[in-house]
Amino acid sequence: MRRLSAREVPSCAGRAHRGPAATVESYRFHHRKGRAEAVFVAWRDLKFAKGRFALMGTVVVLITLLVGLLSGLTAGLGRQNVSAITSLPADRIAFRAPGGGQDLSYSHSTVTERQWRQWSGAPGVESAEPLGITTTRATVGDRSAGVCAFGVRPGSRLAPDGGRISDSGAVLSTAAAEDLGVEDGDSFTLAGQRLRVAAVRGDAHFSHTPVIWTSLDTWRRIAPPTGTGDGEGEGPAATVIALNTASGADVAATDRQAGTRTVTVDESLSAIGSYASENGSLQLMRGFLFAISALVVGAFFTVWTIQRSGDVAVLKALGAPTSGLLKDALGQAVVLLVGGTLLGTGLAAALGAAVAGSAVPFLLTPATVLLPAAVTILLGVLGAALSVRRITSVDPLTALGNVR
Amino acid sequence: MSLTLTDITLTYPDGEDRLTALDRVGLEVPRGSLTAVVGPSGSGKSSLLAVAATLITPDAGTVTVDGTATTGLTRGELAALRRHRIGIVFQQPNLLPSLTAAEQLQVMARIEGRNPRAARSRALALLDAVGLADRADHRPHQLSGGQRQRVNIARALMNDPTVLLVDEPTSALDHERGAAVIDLLTRLTHQRATATVLVTHDRTHLTAADRIAEVHDGRLHLQAPVR
Repeated sequence: MRRLSAREVPSCAGRAHRGPAATVESYRFHHRKGRAEAVFVAWRDLKFAKGRFALMGTVVVLITLLVGLLSGLTAGLGRQNVSAITSLPADRIAFRAPGGGQDLSYSHSTVTERQWRQWSGAPGVESAEPLGITTTRATVGDRSAGVCAFGVRPGSRLAPDGGRISDSGAVLSTAAAEDLGVEDGDSFTLAGQRLRVAAVRGDAHFSHTPVIWTSLDTWRRIAPPTGTGDGEGEGPAATVIALNTASGADVAATDRQAGTRTVTVDESLSAIGSYASENGSLQLMRGFLFAISALVVGAFFTVWTIQRSGDVAVLKALGAPTSGLLKDALGQAVVLLVGGTLLGTGLAAALGAAVAGSAVPFLLTPATVLLPAAVTILLGVLGAALSVRRITSVDPLTALGNVR
Repeated sequence: MSLTLTDITLTYPDGEDRLTALDRVGLEVPRGSLTAVVGPSGSGKSSLLAVAATLITPDAGTVTVDGTATTGLTRGELAALRRHRIGIVFQQPNLLPSLTAAEQLQVMARIEGRNPRAARSRALALLDAVGLADRADHRPHQLSGGQRQRVNIARALMNDPTVLLVDEPTSALDHERGAAVIDLLTRLTHQRATATVLVTHDRTHLTAADRIAEVHDGRLHLQAPVR
């Protein structure tokens, strides 16, 4: 070991008593402050312990991939369930008021002509359109497909290109036309009624079934609705009434008078039985995946923090501020989570794009891809934050080792 | 004086009683001097070092570092005092496994946001001073025990401390390497004008000390230097 020269070790400027060393270099140890490096140790830990962090990063990638795929699938399935309702040019749906404490249901509701007329004449109601809904079968030659017949008045705004709807013509959604192999002007049979394809428009689905828009009279013939009224105007007219209301509409009062129950279009989605159960199950799975993600990340960083508590004690003994150590550790979690989540989200988007055009109902939008990624990162950081707070309780005295 | 301990009393819980580790200990360490603290195991040497390092708050007494009395300072203020005025050489090198030798020295400066280039330059100069210029980019597992201990010493000098506290630096080294480390500490103490406290159980190192303090049953007795 060679001897130390006074000029070899730069010193703190301004300490004249230190002699020549003080003038060697202006390393203003006590005065020069810059931006703290948030992940100085953490970044080097990530590179040094590659195996451990690669393993954890893979777990984050896989969880994000699973969450991303599940989100796209949930949205895709949801769209196949409700797009015919959510695309209606209406803000509220009036159902026949169910009795016996039952919930609203598109499959159980039947509104009468009298109820429709009451709604049409109610103050603040800009439009009230009867809408008949039934699931049935359409055939063309030896091809057949399950479809959902949406009955509207000819010319109604509820249907795309509603002006073309007549007692002999129907507007088909793209999926219904593809399933039947028909195009404009072709004929097909809907529950025994021979109809002409008046137009192919939109991609409306209801309860995973493509929609065919028919006239209300056609709809009544193919699916005679059952009703309870016996008087004039009490006969069943449709399934529900699609409403456009102004701010002054007294919905509750009209409901009481007409014997209906009216909800917003979004609230009415829970009246589609398959949507409520399917969407609820998928959202539960997604929620569990988010929770598992946060727990796994939290568990990893708990073990990691315990493993490096000796290093933390040394840094604290040397004078590292606890806030700086917390930032360092949390920065490490953020790097891991953001990296893993971006990779997992990219994979989910690529896989989603690959299957979106096929039979799999996958919906690829920023909401189905980026939102789950943001939630995964947020919950992961929360889990990591709860773990790395152990740093605050590490005693720097343990760095000395042999003190009680 | 750069380090002054005044009437320090420190006790630890021992069942239902309390064990006295330090009993009204007083010690003054001037700049540019090395005070060796010796004593049998369990005599209170390491407790004395921990109190001087502000890692333990004594039951009674005052610690003054470079003119600053530590009584009443918050944990954050004590950490800042250690960061700026105190260098600690641990018994085990306690190097962070993911950092290179140069980074071990830079870590505090980088966490504090000091100029990275200046920190790197100073770290390399200090590593050169302890004979490790060619090991600057090696990680702890690539260094020998003696080299790790020299990095430990260089790290303690990185903040240009006025007080240097050294805990049994040769316990894991053979005699030759231990002697080299003590020689290095002695020279650095005089050249850097640090107030150095060296806790050791090895009396062969006492010739390097300007003063010797023996701890026995928590009491401190100053002895004449061995020359």
